[in-house]
This record gives sequence, structure tokens and C-alpha cells, in this order.
Amino acid sequence: MAFASEHIMAYAVEATEFPDLVRRYRVTGVPKTIVNEEIEILGALPEDAFVEQALGQFTNDNSQFTK
Amino acid sequence: MALISPSDQQKLRESFAAMPGSVRLLFFTQTLGCDTCLQTRQILDELPVLSDKIAIEEINLVLDAGKAKQYGIDRAPAIAVVGQDGSGAERDSKIRFLGAPAGYEFISLVQAVLLVGGAGSNLSAGTLKRIAAIDKPVTMQVFTTPT
Repeated sequence: MAFASEHIMAYAVEATEFPDLVRRYRVTGVPKTIVNEEIEILGALPEDAFVEQALGQFTNDNSQFTK
Repeated sequence: MALISPSDQQKLRESFAAMPGSVRLLFFTQTLGCDTCLQTRQILDELPVLSDKIAIEEINLVLDAGKAKQYGIDRAPAIAVVGQDGSGAERDSKIRFLGAPAGYEFISLVQAVLLVGGAGSNLSAGTLKRIAAIDKPVTMQVFTTPT
């Protein structure tokens, strides 16, 4: 997704090496995805569901999720 | 000692050979207080010998803080995956790995290299359409463990 959009940045974080990040984002299980410090996605979701949760509120053509 | 078995090396060699573009892996390291920097360097060193399209560039997080900031890196070990556009200019994938890419994360790193090297996206048309509508910065952090 980061490769496909100039606006998206993606970090794969090795949890055991960075306990400070694990604490900050309350990571109690993996995989856990944090989007813009606020959206939390637990587990590995199918692509459509992941995109909906991760990007729903950033996608302009989806008024349901626009702030 | 090679960390990858000879048969896996051969498979990777073939996959990398099919990439149209080159990929640079910017390896951010620091001398002190980095338990897994050496391990990360050893893992990364396995890749350029399998393909002349893959290069490793080591960057000191402390001494080259400007570059670290440019690539959004504030800790080590970290890897930034950087490719090229059609004219050969740098095209940053904005894919980063924080921590040693050991275990399953090594496969993720290989997949990132193949993607950035031009092997093509696995995303659905629907996802690509949605991504194209993104017009503000989005940062995703995916936490994993090395199993």
C-alpha cells in the first residue's frame, strides 16, 4: 500500500526489539497495526476488510467515514 | 556461514533475476546500544550476493541524522527499501523494517524487494482505487514477532 500511494508510509516493527513502542501502542498480540497513531487493527484481516479499517476515514469518496 | 539454504538461495536468485529494476536497502545502524544491528547486517549481506540488482547502503543513525530524518527513521536497526523510477531516479517505496528481519520477517523483506524491484503489486483493483483517493499522510505500523 505504501508503494502504491505517495501518501502512505508503512513500518514493519519487530515487537520484541522495541518495548517502548509496544507499550506506547498497547501491543498485546501480533499482528497489530496502528494507523496514524489512532486506528488499531488486531490480527491479520482479509485485504478488503483491512483496507476498510485502515483507510476508510482517509478516503474521500467514502462519506460514511469522513470526519 | 550462509543463513539461507542453497536451495532457497537458488529460488531467490531466480526471483530477483526476474526483477526489471534495482533496489537499494538503506540500513540504519548505530555503534552503541543496538543488540541486533550486527545480526541485521548479516541477514542483509545475504541478498546482494544473490542479485546484482540489490545493494546495501549502511547509514549511521547518529552521524547521519539528516538522512535518518529524511527516511523517517528514528531507531536502529532499521531498513528503508528504495527503488528507481523509469528514468533511474530514486523512488522511495516508503516501506520500512524496524528490527532485525529474522524469521518470517525475512520473507516480508524479500517480498518488499521484489515489489519495489518491479515484480508488480498483489493488491486488488478495488484496493488500488481506494488508495489512489488518499490525499493526506497515512502512517501504518505493523507489529510482528520473529516466528
